Amino acid sequence: MSVNTVVLRGRKVVGGVAEGEALVTRQTISGWGGINPMAGTITETRHELRGVSFKDKILVFPGAKGSSGWSAVFHMTRLAGTAPKAMLFTEMTTKVALGAVVMRVPSVTDFDKNPLELIETGDWVKVDADRGIVEVRKAALRTGS
Amino acid sequence: MKLTTEEQALLDGRGGKARQKAMELLVRYGEALGAESLVATDNIAGVPGSSNPFLQKYYQQHGGGGYDAIFSFFDLDSDELVEVPKASAHTCHLQGGYDPDNWEMLGATPENFRISQESEAFIADRGVKILKTCTPYLAGNVPKLGDHCAWMESSAVVYCNSVLGARTNTEGRESTSAAMLTGKIPDWGFHRVENRRGSHLIEVDLDIESVMDWGMLGYFVGEVVGERIPVLRGRFKADLIRHKHFGAAAASSGGVEMYHIVGITPEAPTMEAAFGASKPAEILRYGTQERRRTYDNLNSKAKDRDVDYVMLGCPHYSLEQIQNACALLDGKKVGPNTQLWVFTSRAVKAAADAQGLTKRLRDAGAVLVTDTCSSIAQAVPPGTKVAALDSAKQTHYLPAIMNIQAWFGTTQDCINAAISGRWNGVRP
Repeated sequence: MSVNTVVLRGRKVVGGVAEGEALVTRQTISGWGGINPMAGTITETRHELRGVSFKDKILVFPGAKGSSGWSAVFHMTRLAGTAPKAMLFTEMTTKVALGAVVMRVPSVTDFDKNPLELIETGDWVKVDADRGIVEVRKAALRTGS
Repeated sequence: MKLTTEEQALLDGRGGKARQKAMELLVRYGEALGAESLVATDNIAGVPGSSNPFLQKYYQQHGGGGYDAIFSFFDLDSDELVEVPKASAHTCHLQGGYDPDNWEMLGATPENFRISQESEAFIADRGVKILKTCTPYLAGNVPKLGDHCAWMESSAVVYCNSVLGARTNTEGRESTSAAMLTGKIPDWGFHRVENRRGSHLIEVDLDIESVMDWGMLGYFVGEVVGERIPVLRGRFKADLIRHKHFGAAAASSGGVEMYHIVGITPEAPTMEAAFGASKPAEILRYGTQERRRTYDNLNSKAKDRDVDYVMLGCPHYSLEQIQNACALLDGKKVGPNTQLWVFTSRAVKAAADAQGLTKRLRDAGAVLVTDTCSSIAQAVPPGTKVAALDSAKQTHYLPAIMNIQAWFGTTQDCINAAISGRWNGVRP
């Protein structure tokens, strides 16, 4: 395996396989009042990803916060065709679990290593949620490596 | 997950197709959580079957646009159209849709209003109680200590766990609709006593009295503890209304689903009871500086002092709060360039009607509105640029949703702004 590939192991939340470009935030995400499901963008006023689209990305984030409308709003992203391709998160809540289930996107949690530290926006990520394996190909070689 | 014989029978389809689909969803959800079993619940608060033009149009093109279709495909996340039977557990409908008396004022189109009425009738036929409020506990649904519930609405969830001592996670639309047909929910999180103990100690140095004081304290606590369980210690005068504002704020700035106040809330008679065997992960203080910082955060979107719109009733106002608003108006009228809308439940409005409060508000130029709020309905009076609010939760959401400025202050500050059209709230 190449030096700029990282492998993480975790627990399946929702099964399936997907690959794509990572979108990473260290901030939790609100569903209702925090995203625009029709556009697939984050809208929360003070969020570091405000205005950024998660459509077709591998969304890497700590988890869900805010209103109990989380699952229903993310459910709508599936209907609108703006859902992320997969979700990797570190804090399990009922909001994010139910959201992942109804979005029907491969999702993994309970990692052996911290995905928020090892994955950066722009990395290419392969998610095999059934086996709980996440392969990360780094976007750029780090200086000196 | 381990299922009981009864649960397995539902999963096998012996309770009919809809209950089978509901059980399938609960199993997928329980496995996603890592839950080992389901728990029985007979108190569900959700938004079953509620619809909007987007869902109607989408399902017209994908399997059918009727209310059975929306419930099947969206509420139950089923790929098959099923006929929706009666609820098999006590279920109420939370806020949503439009006030039947004020839908035009809220800017609903006749089509939107028709859809909201039809989805309400559909779900009422299934035995669901149409409470249409974020405060079911002020409209007759008061679970008792230890009851397992499946509630949506973060401000109701935190009230249910903390003030009533009943047990619920923050459920979503799909899980509550599945619970309505099965009387089951994953046995995870707050259903288990070991997950209900405090994690952070908040030492409160100030006297916390007004609704505004409680709102700011809640907003501060949510920001510092996130999803954890705060235990508060200090000098408090808490009534149910203040708990309502505190919890709603803490659930908005953070994800607080449960808190303890030593000597006040039912699962925290003592510090030892509040924390169980563990020690506080952190000890935080709330004093003058923290209060000032919280006030500034809440008012960071406010600049212009000419107020167009005053909104009260987040969470929905109690009868006592409506009485208080009338008393503060004191016979004066809402100013010519200002609107005052007060939101409450249908049950509380019926009581307000009966004792003349609705009329007193109307005579002052204000409107008592049910079913929704400005954030949920995305409805403010036309041309609103600046709002004034007494709710930290509404202040958190409304400026982002409607792209307006919002002042946060006392109920008195808000009523004064409604009368004079000017914001004169004072930074604490």
